[in-house]
Amino acid sequence: MSYIQTPSQTVGPYFAYGLSPVQYLYDHSSVATGMVRTPQTQGQPITIVGRVLDGEGKPIPDALIEIWQADAQGNYNPQDSDFKGFGRFGTGPDVHNRFIFQTIKPGAVQGQAPHITVVVFMRGLLVHAYTRLYFSDENTANAQDPVLQTVPSDRIATLIAQRQETGEGIVYQWDIVMQGEGETVFFDV
Amino acid sequence: MNDNQRDWEVHPPYSYPPYASTVLRAPAKPLIPIKHSLSELTGPVYGHESLGKYDNDLTKNGIRNGEPLGERIVVSGQVLDQYGRPVRNTLVEIWQANAAGRYIHKVDQHNAPLDPNFFGGGRCVTDNEGNYTFFTIKPGAYPWGNHPNAWRPNHIHFSLFGSNITSRLVTQMYFPGDPLLAYDPIYQGVPEKGRELLISSFDLSLTQPDFALGYRFNIVLRGDKATPFENQ
Ligand SMILES: [Fe+2]
Repeated sequence: MSYIQTPSQTVGPYFAYGLSPVQYLYDHSSVATGMVRTPQTQGQPITIVGRVLDGEGKPIPDALIEIWQADAQGNYNPQDSDFKGFGRFGTGPDVHNRFIFQTIKPGAVQGQAPHITVVVFMRGLLVHAYTRLYFSDENTANAQDPVLQTVPSDRIATLIAQRQETGEGIVYQWDIVMQGEGETVFFDV
Repeated sequence: MNDNQRDWEVHPPYSYPPYASTVLRAPAKPLIPIKHSLSELTGPVYGHESLGKYDNDLTKNGIRNGEPLGERIVVSGQVLDQYGRPVRNTLVEIWQANAAGRYIHKVDQHNAPLDPNFFGGGRCVTDNEGNYTFFTIKPGAYPWGNHPNAWRPNHIHFSLFGSNITSRLVTQMYFPGDPLLAYDPIYQGVPEKGRELLISSFDLSLTQPDFALGYRFNIVLRGDKATPFENQ
């Protein structure tokens, strides 16, 4: 017996108090925020920062970004760990409309380079978009990654977050370009 | 192609110019398929520990000095995967406008009253048969700037996880017989085959005497072929 999938609809402009209330200062708890790690989480602490740009290159102030990643050993959602691997962050509150995730660098999973699955929601997206974030200091692993190998070579750079060492630690910079010049690769998963 | 991929015969396209916000935001290049064996077959799990006492009762979770105004309703349904298996213990999050068609969100400038006793957000976790239930207030229609005299039909926003990150679904539930559906580009962006699936049905068996009308909204998520019997 098979059933028809319920169609997707846009998250709209008013998701904040439903999906990310703490970050937007509503009086309700959040299931997930941009703080993905805890002080006990093992692995290299990193910050992922970026903007979501529209077809005119303007930062989008009402996007919701979710990330899903393995722990430092390459395991998803390990039972014996406090590391959930899931983060959610809206681009409204930051003055530069950035998303900011504080997490740890994931380990390699099943023959793939270390990466993070990224889900993009916003007003104007009737269906959410899936992409992936890879790391600029993993060139060797990236070159052998079976998913990156399916991406046209001139578009691979759109998936690579750039590592920076700052006073606040290791930051990976990565913008998501919805459309046009430098359009981020989105996947049908 | 695997039959548990996103079914593009029912999901709306990215670019749908009648919905003006798609024009600069829709990806223009084709999606690149990820082989099923390489896509993530895992996803976040949020169980009852993520819930507060009145999280599934929007008639109570925003109360400050009285009852929220409007028509109380019960919204309930079963979450199945596309193979008909109940999706158990999965998080369902909702948010909506109040009875006057106003969101509590700070950027909603619609000139309709806020209700001091209505928050409009809630969440619950499906039970062993995949069922969920919310108590809430029927949301009002509201105007938006998409085109002249544009109004959104009454709707409740839904967000679900399912068994893994590929079954993630964000959608909207509508109400039967709403005349605004015919004019709404967000709803009309769904191919005809899928549209009816977004409309709840009035259900007398869910209706609670002397309290609230019941609406049924069943939801079907993408299936996970890798673990076909996990949920049985
Ligand atoms: Fe809405």
